[in-house]
Amino acid sequence: MNIHEYQAKQIFAKYGVPTPKGLMAESVKQAVANAETLGGSIWVVKAQIHAGGRGLGGGVKLARSLEEVEQLSKEILGMTLVTHQTGPEGKLVQKLYIEEGADIKEELYLGVVLDRAREMPVIMASTEGGMAIEDVAHNTPEKIIKIAVDPAIGFQGFHGRELVFGLGITDSNEQKKLISFASKLYKLYMENDAEMIEINPLVKTGSGEFLALDGKMGFDDSALGRHPDIEDMRDISEEDADEREAGKYGLSYVSLDGEIGCMVNGAGLAMGTMDTINYMGGTPANFLDVGGSANAQTVAKGFEIILKNPKVKAIFVNIFGGIVRCDRIANGILEATKLVDVHVPVIVRLDGTNAPEAAEILRNANIANVIAATDLADGAAKAVAAAKQAK
Amino acid sequence: MSILVNKDTKVIVQGFTGKEGSFHAEQCLAYGTKIVGGVTPNKGGTEHLGQPVFNTVKEAVKTTGATVSMIFVPPAFVADAVMEAADAGIDLAVIITEGAPVRDMQAAKAYAIKHNMKTIGPNCPGIITAEECKIGIMPGMIFKKGNIGLISKSGTLTYEGANQVVKQGFGISTAVGIGGDPIIGLSYKQLLPMFEADPETHAIVMIGEIGGDLEIQAAAYIKEHITKPVVAFIAGQTAPAGKRMGHAGAIVSGGAGTAAEKMAALEAAGVKVVVSPADIGKAISEVLAK
Repeated sequence: MNIHEYQAKQIFAKYGVPTPKGLMAESVKQAVANAETLGGSIWVVKAQIHAGGRGLGGGVKLARSLEEVEQLSKEILGMTLVTHQTGPEGKLVQKLYIEEGADIKEELYLGVVLDRAREMPVIMASTEGGMAIEDVAHNTPEKIIKIAVDPAIGFQGFHGRELVFGLGITDSNEQKKLISFASKLYKLYMENDAEMIEINPLVKTGSGEFLALDGKMGFDDSALGRHPDIEDMRDISEEDADEREAGKYGLSYVSLDGEIGCMVNGAGLAMGTMDTINYMGGTPANFLDVGGSANAQTVAKGFEIILKNPKVKAIFVNIFGGIVRCDRIANGILEATKLVDVHVPVIVRLDGTNAPEAAEILRNANIANVIAATDLADGAAKAVAAAKQAK
Repeated sequence: MSILVNKDTKVIVQGFTGKEGSFHAEQCLAYGTKIVGGVTPNKGGTEHLGQPVFNTVKEAVKTTGATVSMIFVPPAFVADAVMEAADAGIDLAVIITEGAPVRDMQAAKAYAIKHNMKTIGPNCPGIITAEECKIGIMPGMIFKKGNIGLISKSGTLTYEGANQVVKQGFGISTAVGIGGDPIIGLSYKQLLPMFEADPETHAIVMIGEIGGDLEIQAAAYIKEHITKPVVAFIAGQTAPAGKRMGHAGAIVSGGAGTAAEKMAALEAAGVKVVVSPADIGKAISEVLAK
């Protein structure tokens, strides 16, 4: 789960990680009021969406008067912001963050992520702040410092020294401040079961202070149960409605832009099914894992979600029945076709326990739309052919 | 021969009397697995599925001499269960549960390593030595005995791969589902040498997916140390970047962990890489015909 910048900064503040002062607004009026409350003569109006690259997309702008705050808020609130992380369809801006301006002397990058190879959190830092870190990693990897922190010992002095010397910070006062900054960041990463924190940029001000000018946080979904305060920060308008709906029924769904709907048991086989469709010259419309217990209800829900997409021209149901026997799944599929109006060809491949009985059930049902397949390759080929025919 | 487990392996079940634990322990017993007991706190002294129930893993190990534990406890209690098993001297913990927090698994795995306990999973189907010992949730009947070792991050792709291998007239020595989480126990790099050393294994099927770099590590290892033929499939070639595909670990983040880079690394290591999982069986026939 991801949260907004303003929410990440609330967590930062709780741990004493310095940030500029700011307030969230959901209307232009509130934005202006926030600027007045903050005081000063310069403000930043920032679009709040769950994606990076907001500045380049025109979602972060500087205002030098309250009139400008009003003007910019009108422009940004309600706009569809397109960044390299939103995809071409962009994201609707429904919230703003009004922040006091900062006296920026240098822009750095600081983040904490899980290093899967080392199996521990790694602090990533760079002098190249304000740029997409993927680009820095690609073009000048030597400019990224990585410091793995073993949770068994936590953030130690040497981690801090590696950080400041790596960034070329020589002033002892600044060293102390940045080490303290990073140590708090590590602490909040661990205590909140974060999956990633990214501060880009982390700025050094004219007076030698370090401030988190931006803040991005993602959390381990498996750990949200023990963090009700984080769960409360969930903004469902930022999440894909179909993915959310599917999740309620224990289905794992991701929409893609192809023509063949997929319904599969198991994440690996679901990806493998998409790959096979692609290999055979078709295009998958979605990833859908119906989980271990594919029954009439879950299959019907799967059909419903897949068929919401008007591009879908055929559906490939690919189930490897293990503990759940194929004959039961076949009956479930037939029942599901009665619950949902399935108006495209459905290719069904059932393999594993009791597969011959399942094939018999499908044959006897004799539903025009339901085509039985013998194995994965056969099913994918039939689905690709059916989608082509529908054109 | 086989790897890690065989017909003599004594197994206990943590979370023995729960719904999942009961159902699958019963299936394992029916398969012939030597399940010698289970652990459910406050149910010690009772009997379940004809086997003794203990309050702690220590008691269970002391009484039964079990060396392997199959773990079915709920996600929030997985780390505790793994550490208890390690502390009690278990050699191998097979963690079936899906949804354990990453931070918990990080700590639990580190502790297991410190106690020389191997782990498989979490979020995995388990391990099976065909026609001898099934520790997990896979449908046992698919796994006919034979000479192909199988390592997979995905449950259903394990079944798919094994089924194809069998249809081609071969069989399985041992199949290990290593799990789809960001932090898992035994991986390709630890299991490949076991299969290389196992005289009953003649070829290896390796099924990976997007996310992380375990397959890249495996490629480097295969290049240097593995002489047996390896067939590989990497799931998620068509998965969009930045999207989690069902498994907690199946995500391309920051442009890293793509199927393409893993396939290229494996190919460069001399592995026969198939583009579709539908070709796993055929590929095994081809590499063994050489």
